[in-house]
Order: sequence, then structure tokens, then C-alpha cells
Amino acid sequence: MKIKSIALLAGLVLAMSLSTSALAKQELRFPINMPEPKEGQVVHVPPTMDDLEASNLHPELKRTIRRGYDLFMNTQQLRGENVFNDMNCKSCHMGEGRLPFAAPVWRAAIAMPNFRGKNQHVNNLEERIAGCFAFSMNGKPPAYGSDDMIALTSYHQWLAKGLPIFERKNFYGAGYPIEKAPSTPSYDRGKKLYTENCAICHSDDGSGMRVDGTPHFPAVWGDLSYNWGAGISRMHTLAGFIRSNMPLGQPMTMSVQESWDIAEYIDSQERPQEPRFTGDVKDTRAKYLDTFHKHTNYGLEKQGRLLGDHENFGEKDFVKPDNLRPRTFK
Amino acid sequence: MESKTKIKFSALLLGLFFSLPVVALDGDAAAGKASSAICMACHQADGNGMNIPGGESWPRLAGMDANYIYKQLVEFKSGKRVNASMAPFAMMLNDQQMKDLAVYYSQQSAGKAAGGGTDTELLAYGEKLVTQGDWDRYIVPCASCHGPGNKGAGAHFPGIAGQHAGYLESQLIAWQEGKRDNDPQHLMLAIAERMNDRDIKAVAAWLSTQPAH
Repeated sequence: MKIKSIALLAGLVLAMSLSTSALAKQELRFPINMPEPKEGQVVHVPPTMDDLEASNLHPELKRTIRRGYDLFMNTQQLRGENVFNDMNCKSCHMGEGRLPFAAPVWRAAIAMPNFRGKNQHVNNLEERIAGCFAFSMNGKPPAYGSDDMIALTSYHQWLAKGLPIFERKNFYGAGYPIEKAPSTPSYDRGKKLYTENCAICHSDDGSGMRVDGTPHFPAVWGDLSYNWGAGISRMHTLAGFIRSNMPLGQPMTMSVQESWDIAEYIDSQERPQEPRFTGDVKDTRAKYLDTFHKHTNYGLEKQGRLLGDHENFGEKDFVKPDNLRPRTFK
Repeated sequence: MESKTKIKFSALLLGLFFSLPVVALDGDAAAGKASSAICMACHQADGNGMNIPGGESWPRLAGMDANYIYKQLVEFKSGKRVNASMAPFAMMLNDQQMKDLAVYYSQQSAGKAAGGGTDTELLAYGEKLVTQGDWDRYIVPCASCHGPGNKGAGAHFPGIAGQHAGYLESQLIAWQEGKRDNDPQHLMLAIAERMNDRDIKAVAAWLSTQPAH
């Protein structure tokens, strides 16, 4: 199959460039320790924006994809309408949504439409992106079919160029993979590690950093961070993100244990209420336990307080965006 | 649930709070000005330094973050940051003088930096590398740390826009060669050592053409 061989070839090229750069720069004090692709893994090297300009796509489509890229990189331009915290898409999906081990977003473009455990129904790519807006951006998704939504889905699909859809492959660098913690994650160890490694950018109080009022380093907890329903509020997701991406420019320098410890510390802090809040945190935790909250500290007592037991929705004046709803086909 | 107005108001307050400097440096600008005579030969009377092609460029201090300047002075004196030209002057300063100088220079206004040159191809490449980085080589965009417009972010991430090209270039090379080692957590060193000569020239050239404020 042609597509498969292209993907494999791309994989080879990447693997080769990884090993040659590792060989030539052995003297580097901070080598890029990205894992080599494993046997049988498919490596997808997404196209760049330069590739887009050089492509023969219709000029209007190019314009739409550029708009999607711009929204992805500077999502704060939707502040107060769709975004109600200090996050951008690129805050979690590093490297323009292309970087391996930083949940590269092309995977959603080939997996959707699909059944999602989180909301128990079939989601298309727009609805998947809507989830990010509702939870990670503590906001309200752009309307389905709107210019901004089409721009974002177009950018996602551009990054997936050349991949077969609906084929579950073992993709190199998908998601935020991490091994299980060797020992139980520790709040105290996490606090110390956070202070030493993270606070310089994200502040001791987790609020990140603003420069002249402009969000700069993202808030990792508190009112300006993602809410209790965000994927990255799950321990393993945050631990995986940290391990592969933090501190910036030094991937894989925190150990697996350290990454889990920091995740435990961050996930023991407060953040805006879960948009699916029923009015009672324990009830909400129980309702979404199997599909989500078994991986979070939401509704658990940590450091003497019940996490998520509040009616603080951050900057927004609604609980759940009205365009998030079940689908029935009745 | 809080009312919308109340939420907006607290957000505004929060915004104000976060835009203030983390720690205001306890220095006196007038005293700093009085001590600045020894700095002027290189950093110039207006604190804007000078780009010296082929020699050691003198960085602009005017408009830089006070805490950043203070930290560098302390580290020149302690030897954590090594520079033969700067060390003797840092040795002459006590802690209060360093604070005063830092505050004084932070309040000066930045002039135009030099050294950008006229190689439009190089400048275009520099702009791309500064603003987008090259993630395939894990060179992150400069503004990821150095703040919006690369105008600086707090005490640890100095403004690099509107700095002399010769100085920026020399610092990146110093990191590569292990001669500069005082960046917190080696956040800069990790990136600098992945850059090649052309990357460094291009980035330094383009940044020097950008507004410092």
C-alpha cells in the first residue's frame, strides 16, 4: 500500500535523522532524548506551513488552513468569546500541533468521527475540538460550521496529509504516553520539584506569567487555567506531558517518577469547576468516574480540602456551553 | 455563582496584579545615575551600548529589566558569569550600587540597535527562526520565553528585541562554547547548543532590527 510505505519511509528518515543527530552531537549537554520509533510503529511527519505554501491546494483552502494555524497558535484572539483562560492550543499541543509526544493533533483528524468514552457518543472532528474549548480553554466552542471551526478542522486535516483514515495504527509519538509510576506519586516531592523546575515560568502559585497583561507562560492551576474536566487534569496525561515536554527545550529530562510527582502536586490544586457539574462534586465525580474522573483528584480530599467543592467557573458566566450535548439520532 | 460583573472585575484585578513586577528592586535611580560614570565608556551615556563589528559589542542596558541587570552584575562579581571586560567593573560595585544602577538603566529608554545588516535573505530566515522556531531540531521560538515581541518577561527572560546583533551573537556563541553558564535551569543553553552559525547570525541580525519597547 502506497500510503503505508510513505509513512514507513518517513519513519525511517526521522529515525535516521534522530540517530545521526544523536551521533554527531554527543557532546551536547541537553541532547534531544526523543525515543526511537519501536518496531512496527508508524511515524507520521506532518507537513509544515512552508509545505502548504508550496502545495497545489486551492488558494482559498490555503487561506483557511492559515487561519486555522493562526487560531491554533494564538487562541487568545478568541478570549472572552470562546476562550476564558490563559491557554492557547499550542500550550499543550507543542510545536504547532506537530510535535511527537505532545499529543500531535493530526491523530484526531484520522480517528474522527469516532465513539468517545468521555461523552459516550460519536463525535466528529469539530466536536472533538469543541471538547478542548469547553474543558481545556474553560470556554465555549466556536459554533459548528462556523468560519473559525472550519479553519481549525482544516488545519488539523492538513497536518494529517497522507494518512489513511479509520485505521488504528501504532503511531509513534501519539498522545502523552508514560510508564506507570515506580512508586506512589508524592505531593511533597512534587512540590519541591515544581519549585525547582517549574515555578520560574509557571509561578509558585501556578498562575503562570503575564507580560503587560498578555498571557505568556500558561497558568497550570487556578482561575486562569484549564478546568476540572480537561483531559490534562488526568494524572497520567499531565505526567506524560511533563515527561516529554518540560522544562521547555529539555524533553525527557524529568524522570518518570518525577513527572508523576509533579502531576500529583499540580493536580492537588484548585481550578475552575467541571462544566458537567451537577451541583455536587461527589455526585459529579461518581457520575463520570469510569469514563474520566478515576484518573483525576476531582472530588477527593487532598491536603485537607475537598477538591472541586466550589462554584468558581473561572472567568466565564456559564457552567456548560450549550453546544455540548448528547446525540441520539431519534 | 458570582455575578458576571463581579467575575469580570476580579479578572481585571487579577490582570493588574500579574502585570506588576514580581519583586520590585530596592534601588535608587538617582544614586544609580551618580554611579554610572564608570559604565559610560562602553554602555554609553544613554545606556544604549554600541554594536562593534568584529569586536566585543557593548550591550544596551537601557530599558532592560532591573532584576535581570542586577542578577548579571552580582554574577559578574561572583564569577558565575565570566567576562574579562566586565569583571573589573563589577568588582568595584557594592550590592546597593548594583541595585541602584539596575534601576537607573531599567528606566532609560532604549534607542535603535545596530548590526542587523542588509542581507534580506538572512533577515527573513532570522525572522522565521525567531518567531516560529524550528521544532524539528527542537529550537523553540524565542518568544516562548522572551515574552511577547521578545521584549522580555520578568527577571529571568531578558528582552532581546532591539539588542545589538553583535552582543546577541556573542552570547549565543558563549553558551555554545560553555563560556556562559548562568541561565536558570540552562533553559537558554539547551537551545543555543542546537543552533548553527547561520541560525545565530540570522536570529541576532533580525532581533536587532526589532523594537525594544
